[in-house]
Amino acid sequence: MKEIVLEHLEKSFGDHKVLLDVNLTVDKGEVISVIGSSGSGKSTMLRCINLLEEPSGGVIRYKDEDIRKLNLSKYRAEVGMVFQQFNLFDNMTALENCVKPQIKVLGRKRDEAEKIAREFIEKVGMTAFVNARPRQLSGGQKQRIAIARALSMNPEVILFDEPTSALDPEMVGEVLDVIKSLAKSGLTMIVVTHEMAFAREVSDRVIFMDGGVVLEEGTPEKLFGNPKMPRTREFLSRFLNG
Amino acid sequence: MTFFIQIWEILKEFYPFLLKGIGMTLLISLIGTVAGLVIGLLTGIIRTTPFSKNKLLRVIHKIVNGIIAVYIEIFRGTPMMVQAMVIFWGYAFMNDGQTLPLIPAGIFIVSINTGAYMAEIVRGGIISIDKGQFEGAYSVGMTHWQAMLYVVVPQVMRNILPSVSNEFVINIKDTSVLNVIGVAELYFMAGKIIYINLEIFQTYTIVCVLYFIMTFSVTRILRLFEKKLNGRENYTICGSQSDPAAEIHIKEEAK
Ligand SMILES: Nc1ncnc2c1ncn2[C@@H]1O[C@H](COP(=O)(O)OP(=O)(O)OP(=O)(O)O)[C@@H](O)[C@H]1O
Ligand SMILES: [Mg+2]
Repeated sequence: MKEIVLEHLEKSFGDHKVLLDVNLTVDKGEVISVIGSSGSGKSTMLRCINLLEEPSGGVIRYKDEDIRKLNLSKYRAEVGMVFQQFNLFDNMTALENCVKPQIKVLGRKRDEAEKIAREFIEKVGMTAFVNARPRQLSGGQKQRIAIARALSMNPEVILFDEPTSALDPEMVGEVLDVIKSLAKSGLTMIVVTHEMAFAREVSDRVIFMDGGVVLEEGTPEKLFGNPKMPRTREFLSRFLNG
Repeated sequence: MTFFIQIWEILKEFYPFLLKGIGMTLLISLIGTVAGLVIGLLTGIIRTTPFSKNKLLRVIHKIVNGIIAVYIEIFRGTPMMVQAMVIFWGYAFMNDGQTLPLIPAGIFIVSINTGAYMAEIVRGGIISIDKGQFEGAYSVGMTHWQAMLYVVVPQVMRNILPSVSNEFVINIKDTSVLNVIGVAELYFMAGKIIYINLEIFQTYTIVCVLYFIMTFSVTRILRLFEKKLNGRENYTICGSQSDPAAEIHIKEEAK
C-alpha cells in the first residue's frame, strides 16, 4: 500500500531552484534512506513532506490524498519528524516533551498520555532521565527523547533529517540503535543520513539525490554494490574513501 | 538638627497621606505593568505570526500590524505626562466635560504607555527564541497558537523578566506624572502636604527617600525571584553516557 507519494515535487527559494522534479513512492512499512551531497535538497524534500516548507509545484499524497487538503495538525501528528538539532521544548522536562503534544494535539487525558510517553521513553532507554530538562542532557540523550516524543504521537511515518549529524561520534551508536529497532517495528521511515553502513543495514531502499532530483534508487545491495549513474559512483567513492 | 525634627514632625503628622500615596503609586504601577505586559504579549504574538495564505486574513493582519506600529511609535515618542493630559481631557472634551474617574484613568494611561514598551520587549523575546522550538512544535501537530502558548511564550516570559522588572521600577517613578490630572499618588500627596505646612524641601526629601525605598526593594525582590527561577534549571546532572549504571535519577522538580 502506498503511504507517501511525491509527484513532480518542486521547491524554489526565490530564484534558487532547490527541488526540480522529485518523484518518489514510499510504501507502508518501508524504510528508506536518502543520501546525497550537501545542498542536494534532502532536507528540503523532508520539510516539504511535513509542510514545514510550502512546495512550489507538484503534489504530495498521503494515503492517496493531497496533503494540502488534509487537516494540517492531524496530518503532522501522523507523519512525525526528528531533526538534526533535536528541537526539544526547552521549557519542559523530557517526560513533558512527550506528554504535552499528546494532550494538546490528540486530546488524550494526562494519565493515558503519561503512560504512553513513559513506554516510549523506556524504549529509547531514557527512563532515568524523565524529569531532566533538555539542557541537562547530552546530544544523544536529547535525540532519543526527540524520537520518543515523535513516537508518543503514534505516528504512521517518521521523517528523520540527519538524526546523528550533530552528535559526538561516541553518541551516534546509541541513536542509530534506537532507529534500527524501529525499522523492524513496521513504522514507515524516511531517513536522511550520511551513515552509509547504517543505510545499508536497515533500509529497504536507498535514494540518491543530486541537484534537486532523485538520480538513482534501489535496494542497498544494488545502490551501494553496483551503482549505475556516474554521479552516484563518484559520490559513494568520495564518501567511502573519506 | 531642626531639619531632622521637622522631618519627624512631618512623618508623624502626615503619615496617613504618605501611606496612601505609596499605596496608590504601587497599585497603579503594578497593575499598569501587568496590563502593559498583557498588551505587549498580544501585540508581540500578532506581529510575529506569519501572514495567512487567506487573502482577506492577510490584509486584516497587515492593517492590524500597521495600527500596532503607529501605537508603539506614538506612545514611545511622546511624554507620558502629555499623554495623560490628552487622554484625560480628550475624554472630557468628547463627553460634554464629564471626566474619567481618576484611578481607572491613571491605570489606563500607565498601562497603555507601558504596553508600547512591552510590545517591543516581547517581540524581541519571541524573535530571539530559536526557530527550532516552533518547528519542533509544528512537527507534532501543534498549531502556531499552541506553539506560542505552550512552548514559546513560557520561554519568552523567563527571558524578558529582567526587562519587565525594569519597566515596573520605571513605572513606580513615572506614575508621579499622573499628579497633573490629580491622581492621589505619592508625588501628588507631597503637594497636598506642602499646601498645609509650606516645608517644601523637607517634604520632598521624605518623598524622595520613599521612592527610593520602593524601587530598591522591588528591584531586590524581583532579582531574588529571577535567581530562583534560573537556579532551578541550572543544576548539573551527572551520569555517564556509556555506563547506564552510573546514571543518576533526577529528583522531581518542586512545582
Ligand atoms: N529557507 C531557505 N531559504 C533559502 N535557501 C534555502 C533555504 N533552505 C534551504 N535552502 C537552500 O536549498 C539548498 C538545499 O538545501 P537542503 O538543506 O535541502 O540540502 P541538503 O541536501 O539537506 O544538504 P545537507 O546535507 O547539507 O543538509 C541549499 O543550497 C540551501 O542553501
Ligand atoms: Mg540537510
